[in-house]
Amino acid sequence: MSNIVDILKERILVLDGAMGTMIQRYDLTEEDFRKGWFENHEKSLKGNNDLLSLTRPDIIETIHRQYYEAGADIAETNTFSGTTIAQADYDLQSAVYDINYHSAKIARKVADEFTEKEPNKPRFVAGSIGPTNRTASISPDVNDPGYRAITFDELVVAYSEQVNALMDGGVDMLLVETVFDTLNAKAALFAVDEVFEKRGVKIPIMVSGTITDASGRTLTGQTAEAFLISISHLPLLSVGFNCALGASMMRPYLQVLSKNTTFAVSAHPNAGLPNEFGKYDETPAIMAKQIKEFLDENIINIIGGCCGTTPDHIKAIADLAKQYEPRPLEFTL
Amino acid sequence: MNNLPPLKLSGLEPLIVTKESNFINIGERTNVTGSRAFLRMIKEGRFEDALSVALEQVQGGAQVIDVNMDEGMIDGKAAMIQFLNLIASEPDISRVPIMIDSSKWEIIEAGLKCIQGKGIVNSISLKEGEENFIDQAKKIKRYGAAVIVMAFDEDGQADSYERRIEICKRSYRILVDKVNFPAQDIIFDPNIFPVATGMEEHNNNAVDFFNATKWIRENLPGAHVSGGVSNVSFSFRGNDKVREAMHSVFLYYGIQHGMDMGIVNPTMLEIYDNIPKDLLEYVEDVILNRRPDATERLLEFAETVKGDATKKEQDLSWRENSVQERLSYALIKGIVEFIDDDVEECRKLYERPIQVIEGPLMDGMNVVGDLFGSGKMFLPQVVKSARVMKKAVAVLLPYIELEKAGSSSSAGKVLMATVKGDVHDIGKNIVGVVLGCNNYDIVDLGVMVSAEKIIETAIQEKVDIIGLSGLITPSLDEMVHLAKEMERAGLTIPLMIGGATTSKVHTAVKIEQNYTKGPTIHVLDASRSVTVVESLLGQRKELFVKGIQEEYTKLREHHEKHRNAKRLLTLEEARNNHFQINWKQEDLIEPTFIGNKVLINYPLKNIVPYIDWTPFFQTWELHGKFPQILEDEIVGLEATKLFADAQEMLSKIVSENWLEARAVFGLYPANSVGDDIEIYSDESRETIAIIQHTLRQQTEKVKGAPSHALADFIAPKSLGLKDYIGAFVVTTGIGMEQRVAEFEKNHDDYNSIMLKALGDRLAEAFAEHLHEVVRKEYWGYGKDEMFSNDELIKEKYQGIRPAPGYPACPDHTEKLNLFKLLEATKVTGVSLTDSLAMLPASSVSGWYFSHPDSKYFGLGKITNEQVEDIAIRKGVDFSIMERWLSSVIN
Repeated sequence: MSNIVDILKERILVLDGAMGTMIQRYDLTEEDFRKGWFENHEKSLKGNNDLLSLTRPDIIETIHRQYYEAGADIAETNTFSGTTIAQADYDLQSAVYDINYHSAKIARKVADEFTEKEPNKPRFVAGSIGPTNRTASISPDVNDPGYRAITFDELVVAYSEQVNALMDGGVDMLLVETVFDTLNAKAALFAVDEVFEKRGVKIPIMVSGTITDASGRTLTGQTAEAFLISISHLPLLSVGFNCALGASMMRPYLQVLSKNTTFAVSAHPNAGLPNEFGKYDETPAIMAKQIKEFLDENIINIIGGCCGTTPDHIKAIADLAKQYEPRPLEFTL
Repeated sequence: MNNLPPLKLSGLEPLIVTKESNFINIGERTNVTGSRAFLRMIKEGRFEDALSVALEQVQGGAQVIDVNMDEGMIDGKAAMIQFLNLIASEPDISRVPIMIDSSKWEIIEAGLKCIQGKGIVNSISLKEGEENFIDQAKKIKRYGAAVIVMAFDEDGQADSYERRIEICKRSYRILVDKVNFPAQDIIFDPNIFPVATGMEEHNNNAVDFFNATKWIRENLPGAHVSGGVSNVSFSFRGNDKVREAMHSVFLYYGIQHGMDMGIVNPTMLEIYDNIPKDLLEYVEDVILNRRPDATERLLEFAETVKGDATKKEQDLSWRENSVQERLSYALIKGIVEFIDDDVEECRKLYERPIQVIEGPLMDGMNVVGDLFGSGKMFLPQVVKSARVMKKAVAVLLPYIELEKAGSSSSAGKVLMATVKGDVHDIGKNIVGVVLGCNNYDIVDLGVMVSAEKIIETAIQEKVDIIGLSGLITPSLDEMVHLAKEMERAGLTIPLMIGGATTSKVHTAVKIEQNYTKGPTIHVLDASRSVTVVESLLGQRKELFVKGIQEEYTKLREHHEKHRNAKRLLTLEEARNNHFQINWKQEDLIEPTFIGNKVLINYPLKNIVPYIDWTPFFQTWELHGKFPQILEDEIVGLEATKLFADAQEMLSKIVSENWLEARAVFGLYPANSVGDDIEIYSDESRETIAIIQHTLRQQTEKVKGAPSHALADFIAPKSLGLKDYIGAFVVTTGIGMEQRVAEFEKNHDDYNSIMLKALGDRLAEAFAEHLHEVVRKEYWGYGKDEMFSNDELIKEKYQGIRPAPGYPACPDHTEKLNLFKLLEATKVTGVSLTDSLAMLPASSVSGWYFSHPDSKYFGLGKITNEQVEDIAIRKGVDFSIMERWLSSVIN
């Protein structure tokens, strides 16, 4: 694992694609989200995808396998909403440790299988840390702009719990992703740094922000460069953008990162923008064509997919990435 | 000198301190220890005023703002949190990095938890020992901030050159070597002390600072130097002219020595070159300690220059515009400062206070919506605008209340909910607030609300509108589900759809059609919600809804044509997904006769009451629903005139028999076989009179939605059930040609068009009337129905009468068999042209389907596979069908 920095200097690494899109294919019922764990839970659980790591681990395992087969070097754990904050909407705060621990275990198992088969292409597991559904920088109450629905301290507590469980489950790195409020991400990084200190162990950290709209800013109003500056206080493995935009719209912001950071640069765009029906239209070929532009520009070290991407997309991206040199890197962790 | 990266800071935007950036101004006025006015604002809880101080600093050129709440009489920690949170929602302020200034660690840490950017801590020092210093530095690093280190240690504050460099050096080594603090993120404050105090030991204070600065910049790689500049002129309080000159001179030399940041009041700085030569000389003598009598000389001179300071004003030129423009400007810029007065002024210009909301305020909010939509504003700014709106409304509310005195105070009740499975509520909350501002009662059900709960509450609370919100894509399906449930519950309450993934197209294509009893409207963003709600609850509701429905119909048609074209089901997939009817013999009513019936010279006066006038006005490009269109502000007068002319001509048509109405219709036994409908000559069902071939939808459907074909509405032959179909041709165009020719001979285009338009309306009316007669008498399944003309137009009755050449059956060639079955040309005189159009034009033909589940649909795009299939079924060449169906082939 210690060699991921060396590998990054040699080649572009491929991150996996969407988990939600793949789960949707299974057409699951409420029952699937309860099985063996939450049969008597009083709230509806359908749509709480993270629970599937417990109730339908077979599905999650299969999806990881499909992505590794497609050529992904790194799979993300199924833990995007694995914090007490996000799970509070389902009254499942108590399930957070299990979600993260077992999600990490599942991905770990599949990764090791592949690494054993192909030792020259080791597979990694990134613990996915989502933004939660609350913003520490914006008041949900327009009448009271000074109010906050969540505090930094509450976020730190929630993230620490998630990080500990992910590390117990054996992830190789952490991925703080879909950052729409940088203060949330800073709380996550604060938690990570504290957990590292307490455990006496450090693993690489990836951070990936989200530019939400045409203004070129995060939801909380930061420009790409301001975002980069605000999260660069810890030595990161990579910084990048994911979600919200398709590959071509993400390009100018990736250029900003590439120009201004010594960390590796990552991108996992959506398969285009969702159409009016909430579906993502870009085919693997279309997406690969846009990603080719990043690669031609030599601004990327880690590339993958977010919403709407599938193993087919990742395969197209992986096949393409193979033909390119990574963005030059000098750093050590 | 070193390869360290520059100091990088951030608010919403980056601030990078390079050699080229020269000098970073840090605004000092948001500091309770430095500004009595600011302290008073905080003490009295006037945070809005406090924010304007911050804004003034940024607008005046501050690149960082220093925030200090250290005062014994206030809860410094709470004030720091409150103020920083408020700044976060002021993008014009929070675009710059924040300096969190406190002597209390507790307050600093609270502040660090509030800023998303990379700010600066001001300050830490070795005052309480190394351990404490290390501990705090580590935390600051973990929070992601730069730090100001005071030249202060266990023995006290450094007041000489030597003490300054000794403490700074020690601090630097600890930070870099033990804490691993990035050297470029260290900023030293080597203490700016007053000069010209009258005490000799103070005379060299500035010079010592300069020299220490130079030493730090040369010997401590990466480190920066800052200081509180106004300290230096402390002894000249009250003489701003001199103070400004002193600050400028101090900075001039400080920067030369390497000072690259400073806490200053950027609006209280004279430009070095603009300082009068004499004043400059006296000030420089003091700052640089050039002569022993420098202080006395400056004091003496100061008496003569007491006067106005060069306070730089913020740009207020927008205040000179009209009050409406000012309101709009304030909304867009999110400026609350003048809003009360402006609204008050504006109120007097309008008859009613509500007009201020509906007029200038909503205009401004619409601009905000547009700017946001085009990426020129971002969310925090929009939220700010909403706040200005709220303040403006607050000013007007008492007047609105007064006006209404006694009556209910609510303009209407709106239910808001984020749908099941979705937890995002920011947008929904904003809409709630904006509507609340406009005096609507909001019933907010929160997030993850099930359809049942929404419907139940809507009924219980008697709400006027239901507003749904959702951010994630599965919410779209939930909204469709909810629309269906509302339909099932028989609601007629308007449904508003909003949220990031929603769209007008999705609403038009997927949601609206499932909720036919009430209007469904997509709302682009919060700023539009008020206009929509007002329109829905106002007097012009019908017109508004009609407009929306027309727009959505167009969108659907466009969508069918273009967007969905690319993904089509195979014919087999589509057939497997056919529309399912639970067939029961008792639903299939046997007509009173089998065969054709001809109506010649049918009384026009029986037809006239069935005219749907709305399309008549559309022919004349007057849009609006009849009869409201006659009262319409814009087209009402024109419409009324036109309607009078039409009535006049219509009465002539009827009384003078200008036109003759004829019809033929037939009722026959029928069964479906696949996508075909076999029509039998008699009840034995042995002889097939004709086969009508229907086309099946192939566009991709949302889960559960069937792929329709007209054949689905007729019972399959295999079930052995006795089903029936009707066919008809009506015309009111007999005699038309001759009349039109007469008008045209007299160049009377107006009456020519009028007659054609009326002829078309009469033909449609005849079709409607005949359909009713057939339902009630000849077929007899609708014996008991009682519908008004309006209800007939809305097709509330059982069964449908689709026509070849229209959306459900774009295949005109089906008219051939239809005409053959009815012997239509022979008995009515209506013929088919080469292109299968009917002559005379004022004619309508089609089929009658009686099953209660039968409904209209649009075929959409089909594949060549189906074209080939239907060509084989019809026994014609593929190329012929390809030509006839070219408009629907994908």
